[in-house]
Amino acid sequence: MNTITSMKSLKELSERTKKDNQKYSKIVTLCAGTGCQASGCSSIITSLHEELKHKGLTEKIKIRTTGCHGFCEQGPLMVIEPENIFYSFVKPKDIPEIVSETLSKDKIIERLLYTDATSGKKITYERDISFYKSQNRTVLEQNKLIDPCNINDYIAQGGYSALVKVLTKMSPEEIIQEIKESGLRGRGGGGFPTGKKWEYCRNAEGSPKYVICNADEGDPGAYMDRSVLEGNPHAVIEGMLIGAFAIGAKHGYIYVRNEYPLAVKHSKIAIQQAEELGLLGKNIFGTNFSFDIKIVRGGGAFICGESTALMASLEGKVGEPRPKDIHTTDKGFNDLPSNLNNVETWANVPFIIKNGASWFASKGTAKSKGTKIFALTGQIKNTGLIEVPMGTSLRKIIYDIGGGSATGKRIKAVQTGGPSGGCLPEELFDLPVDFEALAEAGSMVGSGGMVVMDESTCMVDVAKYFLKFLLDESCGKCVPCRVGLSRMLEIIDDITKGKGTEEKMELLKETAETVSIASLCALGKTAPNPILSTIKYFQSEYEAHIKDKRCPAGVCRELIHYSIDEDKCTGCGSCLKACPHGAISGEKKKSYRIDDDQCEKCGICKEVCKFNAITIS
Amino acid sequence: MHTEKLDNILETTGKSSSELIEVLQEVQKTYNYLPEDILRNVSEKLEVPLIEVFRVANFYKAFTLKPRGEHILTVCMGTACHVRGAPKFLDEVLGQLGIKPGETTEDGEFTVETVNCLGACALGPVVVLDGKYYDHMTAGKLRVLIQKYRNKSCKESKKQ
Ligand SMILES: Cc1cc2nc3c(=O)[nH]c(=O)nc-3n(C[C@H](O)[C@H](O)[C@H](O)COP(=O)(O)O)c2cc1C
Ligand code: SF4
Ligand code: SF4
Ligand code: FES
Ligand code: FES
Repeated sequence: MNTITSMKSLKELSERTKKDNQKYSKIVTLCAGTGCQASGCSSIITSLHEELKHKGLTEKIKIRTTGCHGFCEQGPLMVIEPENIFYSFVKPKDIPEIVSETLSKDKIIERLLYTDATSGKKITYERDISFYKSQNRTVLEQNKLIDPCNINDYIAQGGYSALVKVLTKMSPEEIIQEIKESGLRGRGGGGFPTGKKWEYCRNAEGSPKYVICNADEGDPGAYMDRSVLEGNPHAVIEGMLIGAFAIGAKHGYIYVRNEYPLAVKHSKIAIQQAEELGLLGKNIFGTNFSFDIKIVRGGGAFICGESTALMASLEGKVGEPRPKDIHTTDKGFNDLPSNLNNVETWANVPFIIKNGASWFASKGTAKSKGTKIFALTGQIKNTGLIEVPMGTSLRKIIYDIGGGSATGKRIKAVQTGGPSGGCLPEELFDLPVDFEALAEAGSMVGSGGMVVMDESTCMVDVAKYFLKFLLDESCGKCVPCRVGLSRMLEIIDDITKGKGTEEKMELLKETAETVSIASLCALGKTAPNPILSTIKYFQSEYEAHIKDKRCPAGVCRELIHYSIDEDKCTGCGSCLKACPHGAISGEKKKSYRIDDDQCEKCGICKEVCKFNAITIS
Repeated sequence: MHTEKLDNILETTGKSSSELIEVLQEVQKTYNYLPEDILRNVSEKLEVPLIEVFRVANFYKAFTLKPRGEHILTVCMGTACHVRGAPKFLDEVLGQLGIKPGETTEDGEFTVETVNCLGACALGPVVVLDGKYYDHMTAGKLRVLIQKYRNKSCKESKKQ
């Protein structure tokens, strides 16, 4: 393959790829992201290839396997272009029909269409689906247009033209100025201004300098970074190249979470392809700028997402944070100046360079610019990845995009910011989602996790969940975090078992404040957020557990009882058969009973009862 | 001692001490756990003190120092899976197999591990059994799945 050495040759390659695509009358886009693989897309891809070959259509119809489209819940999903027909829950047995009807005769197959979760109507085109319609996608938009394992696809979307622009037309200072003016702030949780960080690192003494991409994505319940790195690795690589040129770095690292094998695979392929075209490696684009990137897999430790711990881990050591009085931009990886940014931060960079700082700054709020990707999950109709301008209200996200409650039960809270964030009640759903507003309310934007909770979620249990998580993940280096969190967990655990007292609640709050002040790193410093925010907004639930020994949501096992509603029970006996603990007795066709002493509260009986006769009190 | 496999690994990773985690990843992939004699070898070859090798092996969740079972069940305990009921069936499957998270059944059939998120949150609760993902899991479904695997290996051992 020829290397690319001028804007002209890049444009030519882009034009050639576009022309190649025009040869086809249709392009079938199949998502092959982690989510859709989990729902079985691999066999669909194989079937489609076979069917097209069998029907002699390979010259006319192109299959493009892409990364995550964000609507994983509907997967495996397929989009047929140019019509933009959207099929969901596709199965291998649907393939012959799709080929003979839709691909050959333009006939829509009703059964495969998406049903709008709110109106119940069938929707034919992807662009009309409310989940997508209410978003404003930039970074995510490219995912469905690109085969992540084919660099030409990225180039056809204007990829690497930002790199060429900075190498031929901009000085490092101008690039940093542009990023500063755009108002881009870190997407990894801290929200630190990206341009400023780059400037610090550029001005730091020491060489070589490093740029690092944080793809550790520790927030449990969020997968934005996974989807970007998996679906559009070149955007991240191009961003890192631009950053490296601006900072004067020679080497780059992508630190990827151990649980993301597909992201590792795709970024490795992307690096190789970029090297082959001379866009990465020595004398990039024929200039004297050289830069390489290495992928490093994490070892499954949440704390390694923290900047100093991540750099220790890169050095092959135990990932313990160190005090940050010396910034990593001065002394980071190998004690040399290192600039760490999150996956999404890097992926935004090429867009800013291409479209200009003012384009980026025109979206968002006064202090939080641009769009942000969120992982919308939990008890909501439409779950998936969304990209919206900063400042969009929680209500719009939860109801317009998310379609509201999945269960019909009232939505009572949304958890944002992961383990360092907090739970916000429904009364605050009109808050604009930006760095300042959420922090003021006791939560944070964080890396973009958004877990919606309805009345079946117990807020005390959620607080306990995060505490347990953080205690588990605390590296143990400093006492306030290690010991404080463990004392807090004991108190909360007692509350969920009906053994909590009012005095202990005070102690809980006090300990939380101490941990927050005295811990070394942000894990400990922010650990009390989930506790304090639930106490602040869901006081009554704590009171119910403490005073009435009752769990209103019916979650805390020690406080609930399963029983069978005699009026609803038809005596079918399904529960008796299903109960693994022999807790159910009774005679067929008559009513059944649950023995409270034997019952382990596993909920299997409720799962199998077709008559809704099992009740929790 | 069988250092051949380790030598192969070191050929791709290199012998720099900063590659320790990457080397351990590969060792774990090859042996399904980190055997002690191999760790001693790693310590020698990378010139990292043995205590540091063990410290790293203990610190990161990706590594196990004990052999794992034939089938590995990974249960996601991430937030999205948690609010959709993952804890209920984790306890249930642990009860069914009579082990704790991270342990292996006596017959060496199953190891149950937990993970903080698999990045498939929209499909939660998610479990992975021998690399295959199962979405929208419930206590009942998981029970049946485990039983199916048990029966399968029973049949296979009878055939032999
Ligand atoms: C406990 C802890 C975990 C973190 N995990 C991540 C993570 O998984 N991904 C990430 O990008 N940033 C994470 N961060 C934030 C990083 O320390 C750092 O601020 C960020 O990667 C910088 O990039 P940005 O400015 O582009 O956001 C974490 C911070 C803490 C304290
Ligand atoms: S605050 Fe917690 S995680 Fe951070 S250094 Fe201290 S013990 Fe480790
Ligand atoms: S909750 Fe579980 S143990 Fe209790 S009666 Fe129902 S099936 Fe049996
Ligand atoms: S993985 Fe297919 S839409 Fe997310
Ligand atoms: S929370 Fe379970 S897959 Fe993310």
